[in-house]
Amino acid sequence: MPEAAEATDRAAVTEAAIEATGLTKSYGGTDGTRSPIPVLRGIDLRVPPGTVFALLGPNGAGKTTAVRILATLTEPDAGTARVAGYDIRARRRDVRRAISLTGQFAAVDETQTGAENLRMMARLAGLGRAAARARADELLARFGLSEAADRLVRTYSGGMRRRVDLAAGLVGEPAVIFLDEPTTGLDPRGRRELWDVVGDLAARGTTVFLTTQYLEEADQLADRIAVLHGGVIVAEGTAADLKARMAGHHLDITLTTSDAYLRVRTRIPHATHHDPRTRTLGLPTDGTARHVRALLDELDPTGTDIAHFALRTASLDEVFLTLTASPAPTSDASPPPSPKEPTHA
Amino acid sequence: MPETAPPPPVPHLLPTLPNALIMTGRSLRLSRRNVDALITALALPVLLLLIFVYFFGGAINTGTDTRYVTYVVPGVLLLCAGFGSSSTAVAVTEDLKGGIVDRFRSLDVGGIAILAGHVLASVARNLLATALVLALAFAIGFRPRATPSAWLAAIALLVAFILALSWLSAAVGLLAKSPEAANGYTFFVSFLPYPSSAFVPTDSMPAWLTAFSDHQPVTPVIDSLRGLLLNQPVGTTPWVALAWCAGILVGAVGSAGVLFRRRVG
Ligand SMILES: Nc1ncnc2c1ncn2[C@@H]1O[C@H](COP(=O)(O)OP(=O)(O)O)[C@@H](O)[C@H]1O
Ligand SMILES: [Mg+2]
Repeated sequence: MPEAAEATDRAAVTEAAIEATGLTKSYGGTDGTRSPIPVLRGIDLRVPPGTVFALLGPNGAGKTTAVRILATLTEPDAGTARVAGYDIRARRRDVRRAISLTGQFAAVDETQTGAENLRMMARLAGLGRAAARARADELLARFGLSEAADRLVRTYSGGMRRRVDLAAGLVGEPAVIFLDEPTTGLDPRGRRELWDVVGDLAARGTTVFLTTQYLEEADQLADRIAVLHGGVIVAEGTAADLKARMAGHHLDITLTTSDAYLRVRTRIPHATHHDPRTRTLGLPTDGTARHVRALLDELDPTGTDIAHFALRTASLDEVFLTLTASPAPTSDASPPPSPKEPTHA
Repeated sequence: MPETAPPPPVPHLLPTLPNALIMTGRSLRLSRRNVDALITALALPVLLLLIFVYFFGGAINTGTDTRYVTYVVPGVLLLCAGFGSSSTAVAVTEDLKGGIVDRFRSLDVGGIAILAGHVLASVARNLLATALVLALAFAIGFRPRATPSAWLAAIALLVAFILALSWLSAAVGLLAKSPEAANGYTFFVSFLPYPSSAFVPTDSMPAWLTAFSDHQPVTPVIDSLRGLLLNQPVGTTPWVALAWCAGILVGAVGSAGVLFRRRVG
């Protein structure tokens, strides 16, 4: 029944592509000798269809854990989630059919060619021989790999590997794509190429959920960003929202002389940046005229030390540092998360 | 709502077979390109045959009037099967090192299909090695007196043995932390044929070793192969051998399934 199937599809599309409520996950402690270490302590997510969502967090924040739970590869301890309209527990198979996951670790065979890898994945996705061949050729062309199609992946550059890996995830035309740190370890050129690919996916209306440690990347690619820290989402919104939510603005001042620089420097130990060579100092402000005037008067009562000032919106890096520099929010029930690095086998 | 009535989880056996065949194609391509491992897998059996026949053969009295080369070929075949199938463990750990297993799972390919690919490729590699050893054995004087049906039975038994050991090896690969650790298992399995009737009659061993040798799986397999190939009465031994293979196979497939779920999540 094509009509019925289409109706179901539309129902799935009108709701969020990814919707998670209260996901928690702890590791260890199953043997009773150690208390479990919480990695996720109740995260809520909502990703509208056709958008790019970035889960941002430092190494060990739990990004991979979150992705694996949403991709049904790991069971959450508590909480619910629906991906592409299907419950991740009750409709695991449907979720898997609707998504693709490109992880941190290459998921293609080094000793198969790009074309062989893609044809194999296409066959596993249920395509016949001829259809699989056509699909592989199409994806190779789309990712700029046609010329390298018959070379072993072992001979590919880092950027080419990621692209073939991503292409392999697309054989089944997934509605939702998970990319776990897609550009980690790539050189700037490879990173650019991958950004283009993600942009292209988004333009085709695919929902993309990516994780990254880089703000610049989240800012560049994502419609919405969630910052994961200490097992919870500490901030969520568009890049502009996040900037606005923080102090928001920065006042950069340039001092007249080196003496003036040193004088003023001692008055503001909390300067967010300082550079004696250019004699500049930066400090947070809410950006109102009243606050800026008060700051200038306080720092330079004689009106002779400050030569210039400039007011600018805080960079996302400053926002991120403010958000994650604070101690992780703790609840009484659970100990703080382990500072250990992930120990992937 | 797509999930008003969640259907009960049905074990999908149907897609397992085509998937296993696709995975076998993959494993065969990987084997073919792992040139070093392939050369070892083919050269070692040949070397072993030559070593046994020319180095030890002169000194070993098998207590029969059969030439030693004819006595020892079944043993060499099994030794190679043990060695060859253990490379399955290495292949499985290599897979687990990267992200490809997650990708397969997100395409809904079951663990058994993934492992079956490695196992079937292992059987293919081993049959190639077996053919090579047999060809060489013929060239240096191996003269079996088997009827065509006995040949068939012998080959079927050998395949069953390779299949069982390859599955066992796949299960070990799921336990091993690294390909290097999996490699250690190679040594253990390669060692099993020695305390058996593979190379010398068991009654030439000390009593305790004879007891072990007579009751380990390799001995009935060897005795059956030898009996079938030399056209001697074998009685129920082939059935004992087959029962061993079936037991190992069932145990190994079952534990591989459980280990896969535990290891991969
Ligand atoms: N399978 C696991 N067993 C035990 N601990 C784990 C496992 N997976 C992840 N962890 C732990 O969970 C924490 C978060 O890991 P991860 O989700 O990989 O973070 P990220 O992807 O953000 O770097 C780390 O401290 C890691 O050691
Ligand atoms: Mg990670």
